[in-house]
Amino acid sequence: MDVRSQISMVFHLDKCIGCHTCSIACKNIWTDRKGAEYMWWNNVETKPGTGYPTKWESQKIYKGGWEKKGMTIDLKAAGGLKNLFHNPNMPVLDDYYEPWTYKYDNLFNAPEGDDQPIARTVSLITGKDMDVKAGPNWDDDLGGSPEYARKDVNMDVLTPAEQQAMFQLERMVMFYLPRICNHCLNPACVAACPSGAIYKRGEDGVVLLNQKKCRAWRMCVTACPYKKTYYNWSTGKSEKCILCYPRLETGQAPACMHTCVGRIRYLGVMLYDADKIYEVANCDEKDLVKTQLGIYLDPHDPDVIKAAKENGIADSTIQAAQDSPVYKFVKEWEIALPLHPEYRTIPNLFYVPPLLPTMADTSGDVYETNTDSLWGKAEDTRIPIKYLASLFTAGDTEKIKVVLRKLMAVRHHRRDVTVGDIAKAEVKNIMDASELNAETADAIFRLTSLASFKQRFVIPEAHREEAMEMYEDTGDVKGNQGFGFIEKPERGL
Amino acid sequence: MNNFFFIGIPYAAFIIMLVGTIFRYTNYSFKYSSLSSQFLEGRVLHRGSRPFHWGVIALFFGHLIGFLFPSAVIAWNGEPVRLLIIEVSALAFALAFLYGLVILIIRRITNERVQVVTSKMDIYVYVVLVAQVITGIWIAYSYRWGSTWYASSMVPYLRSIFLLSPEIGAVVVLPLMVKIHIVTAFVFIGMIPFTRYVHFLVYPIRFAWRPMQVVIWNWDRKIIRNSAKGTKTVKSRNN
Repeated sequence: MDVRSQISMVFHLDKCIGCHTCSIACKNIWTDRKGAEYMWWNNVETKPGTGYPTKWESQKIYKGGWEKKGMTIDLKAAGGLKNLFHNPNMPVLDDYYEPWTYKYDNLFNAPEGDDQPIARTVSLITGKDMDVKAGPNWDDDLGGSPEYARKDVNMDVLTPAEQQAMFQLERMVMFYLPRICNHCLNPACVAACPSGAIYKRGEDGVVLLNQKKCRAWRMCVTACPYKKTYYNWSTGKSEKCILCYPRLETGQAPACMHTCVGRIRYLGVMLYDADKIYEVANCDEKDLVKTQLGIYLDPHDPDVIKAAKENGIADSTIQAAQDSPVYKFVKEWEIALPLHPEYRTIPNLFYVPPLLPTMADTSGDVYETNTDSLWGKAEDTRIPIKYLASLFTAGDTEKIKVVLRKLMAVRHHRRDVTVGDIAKAEVKNIMDASELNAETADAIFRLTSLASFKQRFVIPEAHREEAMEMYEDTGDVKGNQGFGFIEKPERGL
Repeated sequence: MNNFFFIGIPYAAFIIMLVGTIFRYTNYSFKYSSLSSQFLEGRVLHRGSRPFHWGVIALFFGHLIGFLFPSAVIAWNGEPVRLLIIEVSALAFALAFLYGLVILIIRRITNERVQVVTSKMDIYVYVVLVAQVITGIWIAYSYRWGSTWYASSMVPYLRSIFLLSPEIGAVVVLPLMVKIHIVTAFVFIGMIPFTRYVHFLVYPIRFAWRPMQVVIWNWDRKIIRNSAKGTKTVKSRNN
């Protein structure tokens, strides 16, 4: 057993209101620079939708992540020394969008004329006038559905009739999917980097990109199946989410999480067994979620604590792992699932799937919104279970149903406690079916809706006082750890 | 004048190359790469970059083999058929290289986005490469014994350069096109530290045997926990 600690996250999709505050916080701190204008280390997508970059989930196009090759796994296409001269599967600027600004100056300086002056759009790449054709959240709230939502890669698992049903006005359904780097246990970007510039930090598992070692081979961009490494066209370096590690080290939550209006984000330590990484990444597709949960260790187990201490994990980190909200969601309650586990990168960002409005009765032509019970059955959510399964469980619909039933049971239980208008027998049935007791349901409810800042973000001290080398030369470290630069990026004399 | 072109320029080029590349690597390694523009334009790059790179790699190794084993080249060229093979294949790679280069130059000039990331040195790079490939093709086309000349006249000259006792007798009598080819080759070498050429010096060959996953520990807690051992003094690999 090789115990390591990993900062992991849970995003509770039922609570996400799609306000993009997280994206703005991240943009303001990290990617408001030349060459990084188009980057959104944190972005929020509307599902169903094609996302950012367009159709990033289609590994037929981008060939990211790992795949089974015989008995073992290998990178799907992006592999080190192949395709160095030209990388055929790499997304280009138009797959994201061309960043732009406005000529605000014109509003003040335009000569007198018959028309109101306008602020024309200008490209942030070329500086020339441009027509805006796409943006990072162009399909927000199902805008332009025929172009975007209907081309969602996850729709492929649905029958044409099921797809059609999703876009009937009465049944229209959507939810938001905020995404950041997953700081994977088996990161494809690290494995693909020819220069060895990307690395996983041993202490907390944050995946960082050494700007000095990066030589612009761009393999990481293709290799990351979540398209969360970005190429800076101006500096010729790749960049990615750094999980606000300077904030983490000083005990603050990452900016995207700190600013989250819906308080959907949780962050905490998970202890895992690094010896099992290969086994998990290499298992059968149907077992991916189950085996991934198996890699995370119980921080209360004396054996685990002993092994963790032997591996040099600080007491404060073990303490944080015991209080970790992520451990509760993922392991204790098993209501949070990884995004696209079939990419085999073992992502450390988990999602509580949305308990969308349960469908009304649609017998015949009548669309009857009066259901017998208050909410209907969890399995009858408007969004097809198969769609959610394609996102979170590599196609295992049963697992999604189990999670949804638990979420529904919590709802029934709390309704029973606070209002009490549902028949006790029915509540008991639902609770029994989801194998929850009142105590656990209350705990889920509390962490979901009433948790304080300190309960949502349990961040261990980084003990920087013991690591002098990290701030011997602040400028030096800044360049190395994946953001900013201390030399001008221009080539030549 | 010949001394300047065939002794002065070569030594200046090699000294600038050696000192420049090492100095840049140790002091300005941040910029030690080619500034990829595939992100801004990918389709045309595909058509140009592939033949360009494969062509230049084949030509480089062709020249290198000739330099290392000149007698083998002369022996090989003894038969007309074999001479034809070597000359035709060299010409083919040169044409592939030229084809790719023309596409890349057109792309860099016409594409607005690529213009934004084009520096002055990129233009000089193209000028030198065009001069090199045109004279090279000219030699291959006009002088059928180019490869034998290279082995019999150029290689002794180059060796004499490396052995620090330059003998330029054999090269000064060569045709003008060959002389231009030689001089631009040295200019090319001298330009390496100042241009995107440096990227082939950092070809990531280590990837072939490094482990797939890279984990770096900024500090070793095992040592820290055991105060008797003290803290480590070696900087972690990312520093």
